[in-house]
Amino acid sequence: MIALLSRDLRLALRAGGGFGLGLAFFLILTVMVPLSVGPQPALLSSIAPGVLWLGALLACLLSLDRLLALDWEDGSLDLLATAPLPLESVVSIKALAHWITTGLPLVLAAPVLGVLLNLPVPGFKWVVISLLLGTPALSVIGTFGAALTVGLKRGGLLMSLLVMPLYLPTLIFGAEVARRGAIGMDIQTPLLMLAGISAASIALLPFASAAVLRINLR
Amino acid sequence: MSLVITDLCIARGGIPVLDGLSFTLEPGQALILRGPNGIGKTTLLRTIARLQPPVSGRVEGSEDMIAYAGHSDGIKATLTVAENLIFWASVFGTEGISNALKSFDLELLRDRPAGELSAGQKRRLGLSRLLVTGRPIWVLDEPTVSLDVKSVAMFAAAVRTHLEEGGSALIATHIDLDLDCAVLEMGPFKAKLPAIEDFDGGFL
Repeated sequence: MIALLSRDLRLALRAGGGFGLGLAFFLILTVMVPLSVGPQPALLSSIAPGVLWLGALLACLLSLDRLLALDWEDGSLDLLATAPLPLESVVSIKALAHWITTGLPLVLAAPVLGVLLNLPVPGFKWVVISLLLGTPALSVIGTFGAALTVGLKRGGLLMSLLVMPLYLPTLIFGAEVARRGAIGMDIQTPLLMLAGISAASIALLPFASAAVLRINLR
Repeated sequence: MSLVITDLCIARGGIPVLDGLSFTLEPGQALILRGPNGIGKTTLLRTIARLQPPVSGRVEGSEDMIAYAGHSDGIKATLTVAENLIFWASVFGTEGISNALKSFDLELLRDRPAGELSAGQKRRLGLSRLLVTGRPIWVLDEPTVSLDVKSVAMFAAAVRTHLEEGGSALIATHIDLDLDCAVLEMGPFKAKLPAIEDFDGGFL
């Protein structure tokens, strides 16, 4: 399992691995928003938590395409399916590698980009906490979407359509934590819901992903 | 541990391709599968490797015993030859890749990114993966594609060594490998059954 994780991380970091793709998209989006909204600091600071969350979600979505498709194309997925490693752990490791290369950099970049959006000071803490709790769910749900569409040529559009509704609960509660935190309201309820969604996704979805992957490999 | 196939019927895309197939592969034996394109060699090998379920019949003795090599080699272009092999060795829980490199004459290419290899060299790397799996039953789908005469001999030698060590091999190929082993003609097992009525694609 550690071998698979270190291979995936190494592949992501080498040329053409797509590391930084999500991060670059996130950066571009959050730099563009103040330019398109115009010089209205009050408006910007009220939409900042939502923009950061939306940007992180779309950046995650952007990199799902290659999560399993590359291993499918070169035949590694067939070989991994016949290896002693259960497919459930293969997809979990893939999701973890995706989170480390995409989710974690987004979490770390969010407070820096929050400055550009005039995010209120108490909001920084809650944007980071909510993204830290929510991005693992995005990676795990995204792996499920990637597993559903793995055999399809250019299945990116279908995958986005499948994954988008599954992302909604995470987006709603994640952005709500960040928004409430930024204006100093009580965050306990959305925070617990967000943590619950992440925990349930991490616990259950690898089994679903492995099952659809077995069907897609036939 | 022998591989036992009993009255196997397999289908591809809802259409039965092979029916009533039975054979046994004992340790130390190799079996060559022959037949025209589309007869179902790949489907049979994928069924034996448990990548897809049979329509009816049984495959016994294949669980956690099989090293499968299909049409693609499963090579990562940005990793070096050694890194590719070390990865598969650790997935299969074995150690040491020097034997695999030596058997397929890859020692000089060891630190070359796999993406820069020629088609034949890539295939040799794909086949050398079999040696690091440590699995007793090799299931090979046209292993000699894009290999030159010298590399085919190298491959045949690797199979021979594997058989001497008590392993077995099931090989679908169109060329003569000069191995002392049985040949199974797939033609007589061609299915005459109609298409499966309630075929629902992937969820069968």
